Amino acid sequence: MNLLFLTFLFPLVGFLILAFGRGRISENTAAVVGVGSLGLSFLSAIWVGSQFLLHPPAGGAYSQVLWTWMSVDSFHAPFALRLDGLSLTMMGVITGVGFFIHLFASWYMRGEEGYERFFSYMNLFVASMLFLVLADNLLFLYFGWEGVGLCSYLLIGFYYKDPANGYAARKSFVITRVGDTFMAIGLFLLFRELGTLNIQEILTLAPQHWQVGNATCELAAILLLLGAVGKSAQLPLQTWLPDAMAGPTPVSALIHAATMVTAGVYLIARTHTIFQLAPIALELVGVVGAVTLLIACFSALVQTDIKRILAYSTMSQIGYMFLALGVGAWSAAIFHLMMHAFFKALLFLAAGGVINACHHEQDIFKMGGLRKQLPVAYASFWIGGAALAALPLISAGFYSKDEILWEALASHHMWLLAAGVLGAFLTPIYTFRLIFVAFHGEAKLQAHRGQGVSYWLPLVVLMVLSTFIGALIHPPLANVLPASPGEAGGHGKETLALISGSLSIIGILIAAGLFLGERKLVTAIANTGPARLLRRWWFYAWGFDWLYRWLFEKPFLALVAINRRDLVDFTAGIIPAVARWSHDILSATENGRVRWYAASIAAGAIAVMAAMMLA
Amino acid sequence: MILPWLILIPFIGGLLCWQGERFGLGVPRWVALFTMALVFVLSLILWSQGDYSLATLTQHGAAHWQSEFQVPWISRFGISFHLGLDGLSLLMVMLTGLLGVMAVICSWKEISDHIGFFHLNLLWSLGGVIGVFLALDMFLFFTFWELMLVPTYFLIALWGHNPPTGKGRIHAAMKFIIYTQTSGLILLLAILGLVFVHFQGTGQLSFDYGDLLGTKMSPHVEYMLMLGFFIAFAVKLPVVPFHSWLPDAHSLAPTAGSVDLAGLLLKTAGYGLLRFSLPFFPHASHEFAPIAMWLGVISIFYGAILAFAQTDIKRLIAYTSISHMGFVLIAIYAGTHIALQGAVLQMVAHGISAGALFILSGEIYERLKTRDMRQMSGLWSRFSYLPPLSMFFAVASLGLPGMGNFVGEFLILLGSFPVAPVVTVVAAGGLIMAAVYGLILIQRALHGPAHSPEKLKDLNMREIAMMLSLVAILLYLGLYPQSVLDTSSGAMAGVQHWYSTALSAPQNIAQ
Repeated sequence: MNLLFLTFLFPLVGFLILAFGRGRISENTAAVVGVGSLGLSFLSAIWVGSQFLLHPPAGGAYSQVLWTWMSVDSFHAPFALRLDGLSLTMMGVITGVGFFIHLFASWYMRGEEGYERFFSYMNLFVASMLFLVLADNLLFLYFGWEGVGLCSYLLIGFYYKDPANGYAARKSFVITRVGDTFMAIGLFLLFRELGTLNIQEILTLAPQHWQVGNATCELAAILLLLGAVGKSAQLPLQTWLPDAMAGPTPVSALIHAATMVTAGVYLIARTHTIFQLAPIALELVGVVGAVTLLIACFSALVQTDIKRILAYSTMSQIGYMFLALGVGAWSAAIFHLMMHAFFKALLFLAAGGVINACHHEQDIFKMGGLRKQLPVAYASFWIGGAALAALPLISAGFYSKDEILWEALASHHMWLLAAGVLGAFLTPIYTFRLIFVAFHGEAKLQAHRGQGVSYWLPLVVLMVLSTFIGALIHPPLANVLPASPGEAGGHGKETLALISGSLSIIGILIAAGLFLGERKLVTAIANTGPARLLRRWWFYAWGFDWLYRWLFEKPFLALVAINRRDLVDFTAGIIPAVARWSHDILSATENGRVRWYAASIAAGAIAVMAAMMLA
Repeated sequence: MILPWLILIPFIGGLLCWQGERFGLGVPRWVALFTMALVFVLSLILWSQGDYSLATLTQHGAAHWQSEFQVPWISRFGISFHLGLDGLSLLMVMLTGLLGVMAVICSWKEISDHIGFFHLNLLWSLGGVIGVFLALDMFLFFTFWELMLVPTYFLIALWGHNPPTGKGRIHAAMKFIIYTQTSGLILLLAILGLVFVHFQGTGQLSFDYGDLLGTKMSPHVEYMLMLGFFIAFAVKLPVVPFHSWLPDAHSLAPTAGSVDLAGLLLKTAGYGLLRFSLPFFPHASHEFAPIAMWLGVISIFYGAILAFAQTDIKRLIAYTSISHMGFVLIAIYAGTHIALQGAVLQMVAHGISAGALFILSGEIYERLKTRDMRQMSGLWSRFSYLPPLSMFFAVASLGLPGMGNFVGEFLILLGSFPVAPVVTVVAAGGLIMAAVYGLILIQRALHGPAHSPEKLKDLNMREIAMMLSLVAILLYLGLYPQSVLDTSSGAMAGVQHWYSTALSAPQNIAQ
């Protein structure tokens, strides 16, 4: 297990080679380095993971201190790793899914400018993400947290020549940084109260230090939650995710579906003790999840861009994870995180295949009839879509989502349960709307089929993992996360599974009825006045962008415009201006004309005499 | 004996450069490079040999210096040539040596007129800066304080830029000298006031730091004198609203001048606050702390908002310096050990990152003949090495973990939070602002569509080596700051001790 550091060392070395080889190494070399480093990282993770599971370390966790980062006064933050069941699960997802996405990307990115730059950023991302999940203290976690944010920024803006992409990239970085800053304040607060940032120490000290419902503890939990919602694109910091789709599609698969956006879920699960002591904050986690999952569902219903539909579905699925956390179903959240990583990565990669085949067309209404031309992508979409829609029994998503709904019921969160069930009904509709519109009907463009092992192998592997086979993997979380309310099972579990399962099938049937064939009905509905308005409202994601533009962006820009010339500098400039002005006046009197002098002497004399006479 | 040489070497080197021009144009450059490298190596030797863990200023008993040098100078007034070195001054001297080397290298091609005289001014200003960091006699300190300004004035006035529109280098140099001289006068009055109060109390006329420390005075007098020191340092740091010399001076100075200004001159102010203002006037500083911290917050936001508005790349970087120094001001007046350590690291890291950004702007200017970012755009595709390097330093300056700036800012906020939670929370908003201006710099200069597909002349080996060494140092500061923190911990423990005991004895020890 002491080889744990290799998991991130390989991607780091890969990053350095690619960064320094800028412009000098061929595409093939770059692919070998970029994908190979991830492969080696994956192998190390498998090795470490098998060691961990075969010979569980004492206390259920293995620690490794690399070196002291900073130690000032009473504050100590080493670069130290900690491997337990939770971080092992995350590490497996990051390196495993990450490897297949890298492999796919080596096909997808062929011929793009900056091939090696792409892989250098991707490798750096994986290393940072591993820091995030392996860190044993919150500061090191923050290190990874910011690192993934930077890589996300770099990759969203990868096609840097279009300023719109740069805007999307900056938007994602700044909005997540708002969350990060709250999180940093949370760290300051935790350090002030508990005197440490070591996660295990915090989890031990917090219950000794705080009663349940302590206001400071609530505040700390809410600050951490704000950090989490920023990274995980939940309300109110969710607006960056759809724009993040400007990046290359493998980036969306890796960063904005499988790994980085779930970091918030990881953070909350990791610091679960604090949230258990803070019932209000925990309730808030569930509410945020429920509301986000619904608004994202409605937005996904009306999008036309294939990637934006998937982006909203990601937001909505992470909403489910937050909902799970909020009802205390920690393991269910992580289980759904893992299943989601499989099927959403699959969907994004398949979408990448479709986009590439369709000459970078992303509007599903301009595709149509692709099922014969792109059979692999079609199969991927069916399997991934089934998992997203939680098709009963055969899909991975069914098992994880059903678990969440059951926990909501078992913990008597009826409103959250209702939101979850409604979401479970809407999800199949928007998912299969995408599939039926893009792959069925008449062909509208000529697609060219992808080839090569790096194209189909990742899709096939992820397809297998997105079925019930993937759901057989059980993350070893028992030692790390507390038991959930519904773990023992109980009355009504089967009924709920039956309801949610049938809702999923009904949803698919509705989607088939609406979007297979002529689509007369849906067109008729969509063209009524209120529907148009609603569609527009949902299409622009409930107007959050508009709201934030007026609340923050415009006032900031106004402030910038007002002060462009630096008012303080301008004010200070008055002093020399007055001096110069007086100088000009006085020097105007010294003009060398005798008549002027004589007149001024006379005027002066008269003035003095007048003053004397009046006095 | 090594201390006076640290100061003398740059002054002698400057003279040699000046006269060396007779023997060839390359001579001044090599002499200057050798001189600053020697200073840097000497400081490294001092670093490797000393133990800087002991507190410099203990409440009782004499100050503890790692290395000291004292000869009588004007004995009649109690003035001596007294130098002393502790962890804080050592770090600052090392930074001076390092940035001095960089300033010489980055002027290699840029300066072609009066090369000898240019290097004379550069080295003398650096020598003055080192003097400021070492002087332990207030008169000597003031001498060096003034000595570093005059050559800087010439650097701006003679080798600065004249933009096509707006005011030129003479204006900028004039503004710089008026601001700094006025504040210098206030500093001189405050020093004389302090000496006079000390004389009244003890009957002994002395300008010596050790003697003046712990001078008993009434709260009112202490507050007035503290203000005198504060204003002088606030102009230099700079603190809004005393900052308006800075954007002009930074943007119109030659590259070496900008490096010198941003990397070193601003740090003399932070150093002055830590070394003199807090220990001399702990009670008044405590009283003044909320005002100072809020001024820091204002500086952070004011600088950030103005940075975003700029189109001139050097002005943008100049305004970010104001923002970064706001954090230092907050930390100094928060006064906890963690915050003070953060302030030191922030000063060192900012010196390097801002210096590097100014050098890179200089490289861009040499190639494009413009500093206007509207005419850059899309440089990413036109260079191989310059854009990633610029991005590295921009990202460092927005406080990404892994670089020294993050460690500084994090420690500052972590350490200030227990003392001043509201100030800290508001100041943390500066992290968001940093992202806004840092990324807009990348966007405006590097990304976006290129104006022309034509490749530009990339960095040569000299420039790449220079930048890579700065990258390495900044990463070192970010990943293993402990060695720096250990060096300054003794000095900061002293400052913190001195400052916090004023709290435990709030009633003035005086009358």
